[in-house]
Amino acid sequence: MLKLPSQSVKQKLSWLPSLLVFGFLLFALVLADTRSAVAIPPPALHMRAIPAFARKYGMPCSACHEAWPKLNNFGQNFKDNGYQMMNERDAPIFQQAAYWPVAFRITPNWHRESVNKTDLTNPATTLTTEGQLTTHGFDLSGLDILTAGTLAKNISFLLVPSADNAGAFHFESANVRFDNLLHTSWLNVKVGKFELDNIISEKRILTLSQQGGLYRIYHFVPVGDINPFGLGDNQLGAELSGHSKNDYNRYSIAMLSSNDGNVGLPNGHGYDTYMTLSTAFDAGSLGLQRVGAFAYIGRAPTYVSTTAGGTAIADGLGQKSFYRAGLYGLFYVKKLDFMTMYTHAGDSAFLGTGTPSFADLPAGARGPIWNGGMIETHYTFNPQFILINRYELIRMSRQALASNPGNLGDIDSLTFGYRYYPFISSRAGFAFHNEYSIVRQRGVAPISLTDVTSSSLFIGFDFIF
Amino acid sequence: MSAHKIAKSLLLTAAVLLTLPLLAVAQQGESHMGKLTGHSDAGKQLYFRFCWGCHGFRGDGSGENWLATGNYPTQPYLNIQPRNFDAAVFKCRSTPTGTLPLDEDLYNSVGRGFVMSNMPPWISLTKQQRADLVAFIKSFSPRFKSEKPGDPITVPAEPKLSVESIKHGQELFQKLECWKCHGPEGRGDGPSASTLTDSNDQPIRPYNFAVGSRFKCGATNQDLYKIFMTGLDGTPMPSFADVIKPEEAWDLVHFLRTLQVTHKSPELALWESTKEGAEQIASRRVSGTPTGSGIKQ
Repeated sequence: MLKLPSQSVKQKLSWLPSLLVFGFLLFALVLADTRSAVAIPPPALHMRAIPAFARKYGMPCSACHEAWPKLNNFGQNFKDNGYQMMNERDAPIFQQAAYWPVAFRITPNWHRESVNKTDLTNPATTLTTEGQLTTHGFDLSGLDILTAGTLAKNISFLLVPSADNAGAFHFESANVRFDNLLHTSWLNVKVGKFELDNIISEKRILTLSQQGGLYRIYHFVPVGDINPFGLGDNQLGAELSGHSKNDYNRYSIAMLSSNDGNVGLPNGHGYDTYMTLSTAFDAGSLGLQRVGAFAYIGRAPTYVSTTAGGTAIADGLGQKSFYRAGLYGLFYVKKLDFMTMYTHAGDSAFLGTGTPSFADLPAGARGPIWNGGMIETHYTFNPQFILINRYELIRMSRQALASNPGNLGDIDSLTFGYRYYPFISSRAGFAFHNEYSIVRQRGVAPISLTDVTSSSLFIGFDFIF
Repeated sequence: MSAHKIAKSLLLTAAVLLTLPLLAVAQQGESHMGKLTGHSDAGKQLYFRFCWGCHGFRGDGSGENWLATGNYPTQPYLNIQPRNFDAAVFKCRSTPTGTLPLDEDLYNSVGRGFVMSNMPPWISLTKQQRADLVAFIKSFSPRFKSEKPGDPITVPAEPKLSVESIKHGQELFQKLECWKCHGPEGRGDGPSASTLTDSNDQPIRPYNFAVGSRFKCGATNQDLYKIFMTGLDGTPMPSFADVIKPEEAWDLVHFLRTLQVTHKSPELALWESTKEGAEQIASRRVSGTPTGSGIKQ
């Protein structure tokens, strides 16, 4: 629902409909058969909906996921083994011929989005003002079709055709992996399009809302920066990786095309590098603790080539460098865990000021530098219920232009919610998801150049089968 | 003795008598592996995260993967019924046949998994988590409350490998009629193979030495020795502790290693260096199939 400004641009939030819808959805869930999985007799025989790996190995979602889609160490190990359990039954020959390794995931939802300062033009008066925009209603998420498994022993694949919520498809992931080369888990090679080897995986994020459904420190670029790269974006390239048998120690190094995962060689003039390593240690009854580091060194185009007539031909040229580096830690205190991350990043002055490489930089321009931090806390009551809280902050350390305010673009983001899984099985996954997220960014209001605050309220039924 | 001292003694005695059962209860909910102590309460939470899909809510091996498909033989998910913890009959032990395993045996089984079954190695769980799981698994069977584990068998030092040892092992393989189940080439295709059932009355296939590098209960020569001497309880594989001497068991170990034609070992190399051995191995050797299964087609 679009609210156009009248005399006063400040609109009061309409919370009543939101509360009513939330109450209705919660009531519907309560009415559903939501008995605790651990309290009921063995599951009925009619359960047939089948996620790909759970179906293949007959294990409940909770075996590999602390709360799906977030992996636990066993699930990470399974992934790092090339989707293999390593019990000599991973080759497709051991599966029923009818087995089809496909799972679909989508989330029907109701959500409410609000931005307190946005550029609003009244079509009747053509009066441009800055005002609050609030929308809410029932909606769909995008669709993921997940196909993955083994082509043969120690040869794995992942293919994820993915659609946005309007049905426009692209290939989110498509790769083949050669596992345990030379009979060691320390040598694995993957080629294709894949998620960077981020232990804190954005593809397995537990939050789904428009504001909270991403890690901002993976995607942040300063105001005016034209670098399209995001650490959370899947990339095209080849990755060498390895891990200890129990996955406590792991590394990877990747060579990636400098095109942020876009197909068709749009910026086919260079390569990026990504490296990560981590180690985990056993802290007795507290659980497994992991610390790690990563670094990405890349190049991004500063202009797009054009024909003589001025038509862009979608080939980025004039590539300039950028980097992302960080430290992370996963710390467990029994049922409570903390995912923490610190990032340090910088772009070339050309990228930071949006200047083509053939042009002169604005006077005093320098490469922007920023730092980011994140702490995401989970309390996992049991495999069926998890509380989530995340706070992210991003602070500019150096603006590309000295004339910019020092805090221009700084971000504070808070997201909290929960996921409730009414049942756990080895055939299908279902979660009732409720989340609220609020983000403040400094100095980016379109007219007043003041802070902008955006928020999302999200209630969804996340299912995979 | 004064009345005061008598009363004090009685109180002390009562306190001890009351405390001992509590301690015993606490012990029953624990597992012990060296300095590691597992706790049943913590293990319960882990069990209902990782294990129940196969082993079932009651630990009786009737998880949804077994039940949901109408049991053997048409069920597609599991080809071997998961362990029934209620019966407390375990394959991999260091204790004599018929006795309860050590906590360490169960702990090792969880971490190692069972090759060629749906039980994966849970090595990515922490040691404490595996110990907690063992403590909880034991709570399913009353046997762990009323019986003690057997005394672990002694594994004598492995004698020096020799051609004679391998040849003697080959003779024992014939004499003990191992071939009836495991087949003349150790492929698990002996004349009795198709008739075998486990303690759940489910068909069970003998181990195929030709394609494996690991055994059900480990990968080392010591593990293989223990399998002969303890048997795999719940399966047709008996204990040979009362049938063969320790040195004979080692001879058998050396010979069986030569049946693992896809796995490099000193035994295989030595046997292949002889004319007789080279001929045998050449006829047995099968490379992996294009599917990667390693199974002879």
